[in-house]
Amino acid sequence: MRDASGGVQNIVVFGGTSEIAVATLAHLITPSTTAVVLACRDVDAGRAVAESLDVADTVEVVVEHWDATAHDSHQGVVDAIGARVGDLDIVIMAAGVLGNQDALEADPTSAVGMIDANVTGPVVTLLACARQMRAQGHGHLVVLSSVASVRVRRAAAVYGAAKSALDQFALAMADGLSADGVDVTVVRPGFVHGRMTAGRPPAPFATTPDAVGAATAAAVRRGRRVVWVPSALRAVFAVLSLLPRPLFRAIADR
Amino acid sequence: MSVAATHRVSGWGNTTPVRVRLVDDAEVDMSAFGSRGAIPRGLGRAYGDAAQNSGGTVVRATGETIDLDDATGLVRVSAAVSIDELLRHVIPAGWFVPVSAGTRFVTIGGAIAADIHGKNHHRDGSFGDWVRSVRMLLASGDDVVVTPQSDPELFAATCGGMGLTGLIREATVQLIPVSSSQMAVSTRRCNDLDAVMSTMVDAEDTNRYTVAWVDATVRGARCGRGIVTFGDHAEDASGADPTAYRPRSPVRIPGPAVPLVNSVTGRIFSEMWFRRAPRARDDETMSIPAYFHPLDGVDRWNRVWGRRGFVQHQFVVPLDADDVVREALATVAASRPANFLNVLKRFGPGSDRPLSFPMPGWTLTMDLPATAEVASMLRGLDERVLAAGGRHYLAKDALVSPAAVSAGYPDLERFRSVRDRVDPNRVWCSDLSRRLGL
Repeated sequence: MRDASGGVQNIVVFGGTSEIAVATLAHLITPSTTAVVLACRDVDAGRAVAESLDVADTVEVVVEHWDATAHDSHQGVVDAIGARVGDLDIVIMAAGVLGNQDALEADPTSAVGMIDANVTGPVVTLLACARQMRAQGHGHLVVLSSVASVRVRRAAAVYGAAKSALDQFALAMADGLSADGVDVTVVRPGFVHGRMTAGRPPAPFATTPDAVGAATAAAVRRGRRVVWVPSALRAVFAVLSLLPRPLFRAIADR
Repeated sequence: MSVAATHRVSGWGNTTPVRVRLVDDAEVDMSAFGSRGAIPRGLGRAYGDAAQNSGGTVVRATGETIDLDDATGLVRVSAAVSIDELLRHVIPAGWFVPVSAGTRFVTIGGAIAADIHGKNHHRDGSFGDWVRSVRMLLASGDDVVVTPQSDPELFAATCGGMGLTGLIREATVQLIPVSSSQMAVSTRRCNDLDAVMSTMVDAEDTNRYTVAWVDATVRGARCGRGIVTFGDHAEDASGADPTAYRPRSPVRIPGPAVPLVNSVTGRIFSEMWFRRAPRARDDETMSIPAYFHPLDGVDRWNRVWGRRGFVQHQFVVPLDADDVVREALATVAASRPANFLNVLKRFGPGSDRPLSFPMPGWTLTMDLPATAEVASMLRGLDERVLAAGGRHYLAKDALVSPAAVSAGYPDLERFRSVRDRVDPNRVWCSDLSRRLGL
């Protein structure tokens, strides 16, 4: 539940071991927080993250098993989390795999798992969370998208398309959910230095998990629907989106 | 739940409005409550989220019965009747409510559910002490009459139970006799908190009602200076119609809610309010509304805080922990707050009711903006309150943690046991009960 100062009690993260997720939690947890749920595929890794979180003794940190590709289980996981901590105040969807476009083109079947993890699993899970929040009359969904979703590049066609689907889904849901007292925030980071991008050359306007976490928490507090990290990317992509395709390809596909 | 079927409700502080399904008691259907349950609601004067239920149902009390026994002062009254309506009926007959809150616009049901207290707690206790029976709707659908003799645990849990044991529909309350509708009031203007407190202690021996307004907009030695008023019902029954009771209609502030309170206006108001009071005055005759319910003179006065709303933070600490009161006022003053209203009272013995707020000690009430900074400041203060053995008033609360309630209310398990017995599925629940884990 929320209190009068805007503080919320329960924070749930799907993909709870991701660096961005951990950084966002660090910025979102307030003295009002009573429970944090890390829903992840590797429960041991989740427990390690739980222990590393710097929280007061009064905060209960729960690790739940959630496999983004096990679609029959998503509703059950959401129900179990609700039964464990009560109302879902904030849900962060931080699951995702970057994949390798060349490998995907060489083995098309491998794209199935990648799309499941980036789109199907998150969408089904978010639908379940949205239904619960609608029943609650309050809640906040945070969806980790990417600038790659805005204008999909050849170099990350599957990933970009997947993120684009998730991004559009979240924005569309937002329109209906606001009347039910539920807010949605879509986060579009640029290149984020971290495990997922290790070994890749950084793009311009690269950022860090901590910066994404801070921007996300600020956007949640202010109830903003779309946040770009770094914020300059909003203007950059406003221009890039308008470029004719050949020009965009020349700039983007370096 | 479609948006069309919902209403927006909030507490008096207007900080966490929610959409709920609103039904009248007369139409209530226990089986239609769904998984979010229901909570009763009177006139919505609880400051926080006690009378709202996000995503669920809110049951509006109905009923107009006021059946007064002129000889004994026992009145059978519908829970939906407000203290205002009750007073209009009983004062002319020479009776008065034994306990009155700072507003007369609370229902009898709300007065019982919050176990309200007034300026006479040290002498007359809280509202539940004067209730002889309640008739209530339980989660089972049963409409039962409960007395302290028939079911002591349920009765004790209900008085102060914030509506969580069931919907109170009717109650029998013992009133106190008065020979006039006027009050005889003394005022003392005190230049610091020590003087306020010692004046209150001295006044209690010979006065039924004692209260102080204290200033939290000045720092240093003057912080906590205030105006103590004490008195009793006027004995003098001369005059054409001594028990005539005609409260004036409230003045209404037109236009949208505009934030008039900030640290500057709060400081100016506090200085003016302090200087306005006489240094010492005795035997002033005041009407009941003027003495008991001054803020009721302005309709929806809470709008001076604007759309952002405010919190009213009220705690009690044991008598020997008066330094916590001092520290609270000093902490607030140091933050240069938007603040103009702080009230100090002294409580006498409490009761055995598990969620009843009063306990022997000093109780301080402060109106403050509902910001994260204020919440953080109050959180630090609350640690001191709880460490001293104090607690918070649930009818006002919008901010504290579940841990603060379990620390402050040692009989919380007794309360939970009663709910386990009469409402195991938690059909009666509120945003308050969810937030505080009641």
